[in-house]
Amino acid sequence: MTATERRLAIVGNGMVCVSLLDHLVRFDAGWRVTVLGEEPRPAYDRIGLSQLLAGERAEADLALRGGGWYEEHGIELHTGRPALALDPCRRRLETPSGPVEFDACVLATGSLPFVPPIPGAALDGVLGFRTVDDVAAMLERARDGGDAVVIGGGLLGLEAARGLLGRGMRVTVVHLVDRLMERQLDHGAAGVLRDELERMGMRVLLGASTSRIAGRGRAESVVLADGTALPADLVVICVGVKPNVALAAAAGLDVGRGIRVDDHLDTSAPGVHAVGECAEHEGVAYGLVAPLYEQAAVLARRLAGDRAARFRPRVTATRLKVAGVDVFAGGRTVPEAGDQEVLLRDDGGGVYKKLVLRDDALVGAALVGDLGPMAALADALGGGGRVRDRLALLGVGAEPAPPAGADLPDHAVVCGCNGVTKAAILAAIGAEDGCRSRQCVARCTRASSSCGSCGPVVDGLLGLAGVHAAAPAAPDVCGCLPLPRAALRERVLALDLRSPSAVLASLGDGVGCHRCRPALSYYLDVWWCGEHREESASRHVNDRVHANIQRDGTFSVVPRIRGGVTSPAELRRIADVAERFGVGAVKITGGQRIDLLGVRKEDLPAVWAALGMPSGHAYTKAVRTVKSCVGSDWCRFGVGDSTDLAIRLESLLEGLYTPHKLKLGVTGCPRNCAEVTVKDLGIVAVVGGWELYVAGAAGMTVRKADLLCTVATAEAALDESAIAVQRYREDAEYLERMYHYVPRVGIEAFRAATAGAPAEARAGLLERFRRSRARAADPWRAVPAADGDRFRRALAAAGDMA
Amino acid sequence: MSVAVPLAGLRPGEGRLVSAGGREIAVFLTPSGPRAIDARCPHAGGPLQDGLVCGTRVTCPLHLRRVDLDTGSVEDCAERVRCYPARIAGDAVLLDL
Repeated sequence: MTATERRLAIVGNGMVCVSLLDHLVRFDAGWRVTVLGEEPRPAYDRIGLSQLLAGERAEADLALRGGGWYEEHGIELHTGRPALALDPCRRRLETPSGPVEFDACVLATGSLPFVPPIPGAALDGVLGFRTVDDVAAMLERARDGGDAVVIGGGLLGLEAARGLLGRGMRVTVVHLVDRLMERQLDHGAAGVLRDELERMGMRVLLGASTSRIAGRGRAESVVLADGTALPADLVVICVGVKPNVALAAAAGLDVGRGIRVDDHLDTSAPGVHAVGECAEHEGVAYGLVAPLYEQAAVLARRLAGDRAARFRPRVTATRLKVAGVDVFAGGRTVPEAGDQEVLLRDDGGGVYKKLVLRDDALVGAALVGDLGPMAALADALGGGGRVRDRLALLGVGAEPAPPAGADLPDHAVVCGCNGVTKAAILAAIGAEDGCRSRQCVARCTRASSSCGSCGPVVDGLLGLAGVHAAAPAAPDVCGCLPLPRAALRERVLALDLRSPSAVLASLGDGVGCHRCRPALSYYLDVWWCGEHREESASRHVNDRVHANIQRDGTFSVVPRIRGGVTSPAELRRIADVAERFGVGAVKITGGQRIDLLGVRKEDLPAVWAALGMPSGHAYTKAVRTVKSCVGSDWCRFGVGDSTDLAIRLESLLEGLYTPHKLKLGVTGCPRNCAEVTVKDLGIVAVVGGWELYVAGAAGMTVRKADLLCTVATAEAALDESAIAVQRYREDAEYLERMYHYVPRVGIEAFRAATAGAPAEARAGLLERFRRSRARAADPWRAVPAADGDRFRRALAAAGDMA
Repeated sequence: MSVAVPLAGLRPGEGRLVSAGGREIAVFLTPSGPRAIDARCPHAGGPLQDGLVCGTRVTCPLHLRRVDLDTGSVEDCAERVRCYPARIAGDAVLLDL
């Protein structure tokens, strides 16, 4: 050190400390800096703890600056070395390993979680949410699922709750106040946020006071003032923070709620400054990061010699991602007397927008769900100018979307599968005793009776005609079989009926139709876990000949290429087969498979034998494909081995019939090259584990999949997939896609029946899954020997006549 | 003319294609006896021998129109398919073309 170099000691190595150091390095202010950090690791992104908990980031990614950075800039960093005492007169700090002398000192000691005096708060299993160690302890508890109670419905509590929910725990948030995040949000915004969180599966109790945490040695339940006992394997207390002022108070500095500072961030002791959550400026101790970074910038300028630098509070506006829900709040969101409000609220859509104005100037704003107007609002909040068009500021004014189908011309084909025009559908609706439901339109015109993707347009046309279809009660399986599905299942199992004709003979009209017989074929397979009697006359031709019938009556053949990973030898064989059998077209499918089109029915057994590959089930309602990206084996961004998991997942599930086709994907990082968030079931590798998504769609409509759970290992991902698929097999209607089924029952209910189900229910699903899977044989190998004549003509040509 | 189709090549509930007299004919064994119709669905040429048979109706595998095996009438279609008399004689089904 040179004689002119002044010594700066910073107590605390958190986010504000790093921000201050960044500025000091940039200004090259000529300080020799020593940083004392209490935690055993260099400063990390504390806001990122919620992502660490949710599995979206790894601990290593949270580090703000590597250890080398401090050294490189001549900063002496001491981790795990707290300051025990501050002597402002002698300008020295006492530490466990000797004193540190300074010319100037910055207190950046942050805050401590506020632990209210609740009996039982010291029990094992009661945690805060403040440090990497807290998160590690929470993850340890969350590994076995169970119940978590989060006390406190502020930002931090909700983030903790979301993380634990994603980790497969049942989560209840207990909040003392009558609305969530009351410091930032008004009742309306908080209500919309609450609805969104409950939709995700979180339970929220408002106005609920915790009287104690009960348990022997470790937490077992949280008891509320009204006597309600909530089971709790884990309790997280997030009721707020208090500025960490112990060091300053013991040194005799002026301390209120925080360490009192002026605009220069000077404390009452000369040469000692305070910034961040520990500081109190004009009666306010800030908690959001933006004003704290502003403090760090001001103090750095001061330390660099700029005596004019001052910290002046601004209207704080902040954008938050609260448990996955977008929230923006700025200024005062609860109006005072004389303020005016502009309000837009869409409960169903999870959108809330509010402006608070005074004398035509914007003084507060809250947005939930749609942050479109955020930039304009932040601008108006800071500027203080007159707001001319209030609605435009909220992004309102666009034409509402017309009912689906209203903008189509009459001759437009609505149902592409059956060639039904809008005019034909309107005629069916407008006729005497006209159609009053989508089902009736389907019967009368065939529109929406095949793939069903035009169903919403049909609904829209019904709506245009003034028909609002009521939701039907549990429908009968078919007109031929007048029983609801649940009752049918009971009778089938009780009467030991194992084939569609046996069911129709005992319980139906004895004949059935082209709708109920394939449905029964499916249901019997699932209900008997594969120990049913297969009846090819009740199967669609595709399932009889294990290939997909084409418009010209020929068939397409898609061999199984697990995970989309093949080899030169396999490709060569496929090419040979295509040439030898004069295949009309060879096409790479959307699911990363090879489709051989135009195969004659009588050639099918020979084609399969020549391919020597299992069936890809591309012709039926079954587990189709698992699409993958190359993953960590090759990709420089890969986090997980997605091809390996895709192959294992496909091997696990293949051969199973499902209510409708089931398309899956595994991708090696959140870049999502395998597009798994629009799959029926998709898996994303994240640092430290895998996220499972369900019910995505990318067809006539696009639907982003719902997060089902996050797991740590590939084995757990396979188990959760098997459980989710088996639940879908057992609970969905035949011909109901995952993306219709899950929204119908609700993702919370689906999660509660799968990832969040009691151990016994999960074991049952897995057991039935395994039994079914064990009975699933590869049809291409099983069929030719047993039933070769199915593929031949009964009489080949006129020359064979008798 | 008359064509004999061996019963061994037929299965109850599943159609088979027969090429005879320059025609493509779908032959079925139903609970009410054998039935034979022109094999092409008049709607879009679907192979009716590959349809699902319920009673004496077959559902075209391409667009699910139902065809009556006794009358040849096609659901939602003015055209009919041609029906041929068929009866069992010994170990064969005899078709009159």
